[in-house]
Amino acid sequence: MAEAVLFFAFGGLAVGLALLVIVLRNPVHSAVALIANLFCLAALFAMLDAHFLAAIQVLVYAGAILVLFLFVIMLLNLAPEELGRPRQTATKIAGSILLAWVGFKLVTMTTGVAGAGSGFAKVGADYGSVESVGRLLFGPYLLPFEAASILLLAAILGAVAIAKKRLW
Amino acid sequence: MITIQHYLILSAVLFSVGVAGVLVRRNALVILMSIELMLNAANLALLGFARQLGDVSGHGLAVFVMTVAAAEAAVGLALVLAVFRHTKTVNVDEIRALRG
Repeated sequence: MAEAVLFFAFGGLAVGLALLVIVLRNPVHSAVALIANLFCLAALFAMLDAHFLAAIQVLVYAGAILVLFLFVIMLLNLAPEELGRPRQTATKIAGSILLAWVGFKLVTMTTGVAGAGSGFAKVGADYGSVESVGRLLFGPYLLPFEAASILLLAAILGAVAIAKKRLW
Repeated sequence: MITIQHYLILSAVLFSVGVAGVLVRRNALVILMSIELMLNAANLALLGFARQLGDVSGHGLAVFVMTVAAAEAAVGLALVLAVFRHTKTVNVDEIRALRG
């Protein structure tokens, strides 16, 4: 029962905040709504016994990526007329119809999931702990893990090379 | 009782909000944020399936999704910065230098 209450509280909050992200006009407000949305998702991850991923979600997403977003928004220092441009009614209507249609299609797709009614599998106490995810990443996923580090290095170098005014 | 279907429906709703954000909004920064919304919805579905099967492998995949999201955000924001220096706008409708 408590699980259902928590799921609908955090799930509803996450959907509402996601809508705020795409509706609010000021990008700073959007970014703050996105941070709150990510915290709600971290709570849902914890409810799925993904404790390590929940902690990483707060640290990496809310802590690092969103701060990067806020830095760039403030660095750009957008003029009010850039933000306050009124949206056309046609865009609003098309957006609502699109949202409803894509959402409906995706939701109907989830009804065919095998064993959906049987409930979750029984898991041990160490499911989703740092140790179990660490053993996974440094065991069978070692090569993808190292590839991910190269991807991050390439992203750092690419970001510096693109954003810098003059490289030398 | 909360089953995987609840999580999948929530994930689908969050994903479609992200899709709508990418297609409707014209501010490049908000488009990048909508992409983050979609990646997080995918993560929620991955962790839901991992929990359903009692297999921790999905967590490894979710870690890689986060890594890619971080790299994408860094490069995407650098691109927005570089484009803004040239055009003085982040409105994607007005960035049309490559249009034929």
